[in-house]
Amino acid sequence: MSTLTRLVDWVDDRFPLTRLWKEQWGDYIAPKNFNFWYYFGSLATLVLVIQIVSGIFLTMNYKPDAKLAFGSVEYIMRDVPWGWLIRYIHSTGASMFFVVVYLHMFRGLMYGSYRKPRELLWIFGMIIYLCLMAEAFLGYLLPWGQMSFWGAQVIVNLFSAVPFIGPDLSLWIRGDYVVSDATLNRFFAFHVIALPLVLLGLVAAHLMALHEVGSNNPDGIEIKKNKDPKTGLPLDGIPSHPYYTIKDLLGVSVFLIVFSAIIFFAPEMGGYFLEHNNFVPADPLKTPEHIAPVWYFTPYYAMLRAVPPLFGSQFPGVVVMGVAVLIFFLLPWLDKGKVKSIRYRGGIYKGWLAAFVISFVILGYLGVLPPTFGRTLLARVLTIIYFAFFILMPWYTKIDKTKPEPERVTR
Amino acid sequence: MSQSAVSDKVDESKRRFLLAASSTVGGIATVAVAWPFVASLMPSQRAKAAGAPVEVDISKVEPGSLLTVEWRGKPVWVVNRTKEMLDQLAKDTALLADPNSDSSAQPEYAKNPTRADPAHSNFLVVVGVCTHLGCSPTYRKEVGAADLGADWPGGFFCPCHGSKFDLAARVFKGVPAPINMEVPSYTYLSDTRLLIGEDRKGS
Repeated sequence: MSTLTRLVDWVDDRFPLTRLWKEQWGDYIAPKNFNFWYYFGSLATLVLVIQIVSGIFLTMNYKPDAKLAFGSVEYIMRDVPWGWLIRYIHSTGASMFFVVVYLHMFRGLMYGSYRKPRELLWIFGMIIYLCLMAEAFLGYLLPWGQMSFWGAQVIVNLFSAVPFIGPDLSLWIRGDYVVSDATLNRFFAFHVIALPLVLLGLVAAHLMALHEVGSNNPDGIEIKKNKDPKTGLPLDGIPSHPYYTIKDLLGVSVFLIVFSAIIFFAPEMGGYFLEHNNFVPADPLKTPEHIAPVWYFTPYYAMLRAVPPLFGSQFPGVVVMGVAVLIFFLLPWLDKGKVKSIRYRGGIYKGWLAAFVISFVILGYLGVLPPTFGRTLLARVLTIIYFAFFILMPWYTKIDKTKPEPERVTR
Repeated sequence: MSQSAVSDKVDESKRRFLLAASSTVGGIATVAVAWPFVASLMPSQRAKAAGAPVEVDISKVEPGSLLTVEWRGKPVWVVNRTKEMLDQLAKDTALLADPNSDSSAQPEYAKNPTRADPAHSNFLVVVGVCTHLGCSPTYRKEVGAADLGADWPGGFFCPCHGSKFDLAARVFKGVPAPINMEVPSYTYLSDTRLLIGEDRKGS
């Protein structure tokens, strides 16, 4: 017996090391028909690691102080050896996180991955998404530029629209009467430790839930239904290791090429990843001419702007924005379709999914533009389509003409 | 002396009582310990104390121009309105959501069409923060500005979400902001000295 094997045995007697590896990855049997869309889960994990590592190194030079914050970021960019690289990795990573997560969620919509028995897996995923949005919002204040300041000002003021407790609630969030040093300091604490801890716990729960119920696949059928009578393993399954280890490594390689290209050639992405106005220090007395959130929040921002104030309160707009995110949680129970995967769904579902994706993308585009009458009108129509996708789902998925699902997975 | 064995009998009702009692006490303790943490997020004594009034010299504010003063970390505008601007205020009421400032915040002496202390009604003193989501609007005094429409009477325009206010900081109809901009308390110490953040004595 080699020394290494003896060491592993020694550990296994005291800690379930080998068992954890086998249950969570090594012997985890996944459907053999995963396609392109199945790269984004592992990529999201990779980006999480990138964000944590680059974030740790940024905190070594960053100062969470309203007087020093902007300067310390510029110091990282100019004077810290390789500081510019670490900072661009972190800022690009934030946007790439959302790219990867949006594609990961779209995969779920296409193949019905949220359907029974994966409801809880979907809910964990949605909480991760919420956590990620909070993390991105809190982190965006830290460079203390004009967009940081006014973005935080607008979002924190959203809470003051809540009836009765609103003004006290936003005061409690800010810790001051305006966005100030107190706000910056606490956002830093939440961004660098509180939410990352929550995020890591949720990711663990998401993965454990996945490995418990088993992965969905592009055909939306359960591979556990057809087991090899001898081994008891699904006929359409393969062990994650080495098969999907290798596949995911290819995904990682291509992703890192794209990621590096952005970092080295277009870290600001024309103002979409790092907004131009954020290179101006925060000025509480002057709002920039045009403010818009970073691209990953703009669909919801466009909805917020599209809702007119009712009864002298902007609360309805805030509610619409919040519900637009939270309604995803209900998907497992809204979808009454006979089949899970888009491959066997009828034209009605395909049409609605297409309308939903187009609405989301155009709303995102409208959210970066200044509002005009025509654009607000368009945003209203698209907001209605966005919600109709969810609200009408129980009916249109029921009447949709589906094709029969295959017995075994297909290519 | 022989050692007595521990009894195998389980006293279920005693267990239930202990469970309920320890859960209750533990729950109360948790809430009590959580309170200081939650409350620590409220504004500190220093933040509360920073709201002191500021004194401004307004002799240099030319007719038609705007001076921004920082008070409690917020921009406060002092606008010296011309005769034409004041005349315009009476004409634009049809465009406004709350022309009489009934549901808006201002001291009693500024609850009038000019939203200013009648003794110096040409000076508008207002917190330059949009009542929608807290952006600071821009001063657009030019009547009929190309981007704001031919009927633009001059006023303030919020770049964030397109809210419009007239030259008395009164909100237009059909814009996201629900109420007029806030007028702070202020006192004229003399004709050229303005104290922002404190009411005049004895009123």
